[in-house]
Amino acid sequence: MNEVKVQFRNVSKRFDTVEVVRDVSFDIREGDFVSLVGPSGCGKTTMMSMLAGFTSPTSGDVLLEGSPVKHPGPDRGVIFQEYGVFPWLTVEKNIRFGLDLSIRRGVPKDKKKEIVERYMSLMMLSDFRNAWPKNLSGGMRQRLALARAYAANPHFLLMDEPFGALDAQTRSDMHDLLLGIMQAERKTALLITHSVEEAIYLSNRVLVISARPSRIVEEIAIPFAFPRNKDLLDSAEFIELRRHLRDLVMQQYARQQALK
Amino acid sequence: MKRLVDFAWRLLPFACAILVWYAVRWSGLVPPALLPPPHAVFLNLVQRIYSGGFLGDIWASVQRVLLGMLFGMLAAIPVGFLIGWNVYIRRFFDPLINFFRALPPIALIPLAIVYLGIGETAKVAILFYAAFFSGVIVMYEGMSQINPLFIRVARTLGATDWEIFAKVIVPLTVPHVLTAARVALGVAWATLVAAELVAAQHGIGAVIQNASAFFNLTTIYAGIVTIGFLALMMDTALRAMSRRFLAWQERAVQ
Repeated sequence: MNEVKVQFRNVSKRFDTVEVVRDVSFDIREGDFVSLVGPSGCGKTTMMSMLAGFTSPTSGDVLLEGSPVKHPGPDRGVIFQEYGVFPWLTVEKNIRFGLDLSIRRGVPKDKKKEIVERYMSLMMLSDFRNAWPKNLSGGMRQRLALARAYAANPHFLLMDEPFGALDAQTRSDMHDLLLGIMQAERKTALLITHSVEEAIYLSNRVLVISARPSRIVEEIAIPFAFPRNKDLLDSAEFIELRRHLRDLVMQQYARQQALK
Repeated sequence: MKRLVDFAWRLLPFACAILVWYAVRWSGLVPPALLPPPHAVFLNLVQRIYSGGFLGDIWASVQRVLLGMLFGMLAAIPVGFLIGWNVYIRRFFDPLINFFRALPPIALIPLAIVYLGIGETAKVAILFYAAFFSGVIVMYEGMSQINPLFIRVARTLGATDWEIFAKVIVPLTVPHVLTAARVALGVAWATLVAAELVAAQHGIGAVIQNASAFFNLTTIYAGIVTIGFLALMMDTALRAMSRRFLAWQERAVQ
């Protein structure tokens, strides 16, 4: 068992009168790829925001390497559904952004250049280095966001429905691209998603989250070895696991609907 | 070839306007004494430039507009930042700014003359007022539209507060600075002429005012056309700057 990196300990969060997260506890270990799956509006994003440092728990602790998360930091790269690429910078300068900040002052110039080139080519963006984000497709923007996050060399990758805005084919491509870059450079990852299939395909652990307020309904270890490829999607075990998880999520979805 | 066509397209509306002008004159709907033909206005303009020191008047006006704009924008940018940045500062200043903005700067000309005399200071002060209040509102409306997602992203990449300001907020503000400058420029020209009509020895407004005393319609038209031309040139320059600096922006119409 790898070392525990993140601990949610009896974490609850309320916004005014709305209780969003109730008494959630789980660990993330070094090298884990953990997915939180649940109905929309259930508070998954709030859980990620607490780890990212955008908001803090009302009670309980979110511990990062043993100490409570206080603010965002470059050790936790975040990928948002809305990409968040900087429209005023070209592809290359977007990837460079994190490297040009004062915290990376010690990194030599040619090393920075090398890092930018590396992720630009891994994300297949080298031909578009001088393009403005406005001219990129959704999939390319998300690849750019991923390249920029990787270039800042975070220990963790936090992804909030990163592929939610993409069409099915692009989404499927992005899964393999992500698996590929994770294979090359492992990050400890937390993924928020609606998609049961996406969660199983990418993760080694899936947590099913209940309707609001969020609790953990079930934790499922995904038994498939890495590297993975699309053949996995057609295997009997995958289909069985997907059915089981989908039933769980649909129950919670029905409960979330009843709340409205 | 494409450039030539573009250029022709730009001239076409003006050519049509001049044709309409001729048509109205020749139609006999307006007594000829009340509407000088375009070529007479043009000749008057050329003659004034060569002999009458009209360039000096143009320079006097342009200088006032540029100075008023410069000071107005220099004040509007930081004040717009402050108001856009902090919700309490905004809540306090918003009603005041709206009050002063609603006042036509022309209404302040008598006050400016009382306090500052009839010299350059009074005119530049009026233009400063006009440019500042029209510019500041564009600035802080723009500031409050900045998407907090970009600030979050920068923070997760490790940016300090100062870096967020310099590398995220400032680039996102440039479009609003340029829009503010364009709005301020329009208001400044409108105000300038009013100010010069009331009290000025030099300037295009003064030329128009003097001409009207002699019922010299050709000169009045020459002055009006000059003002339109200069305002258009400055606006074109600002638009060229926008295209240069804002190539990254998404636009509904290219």
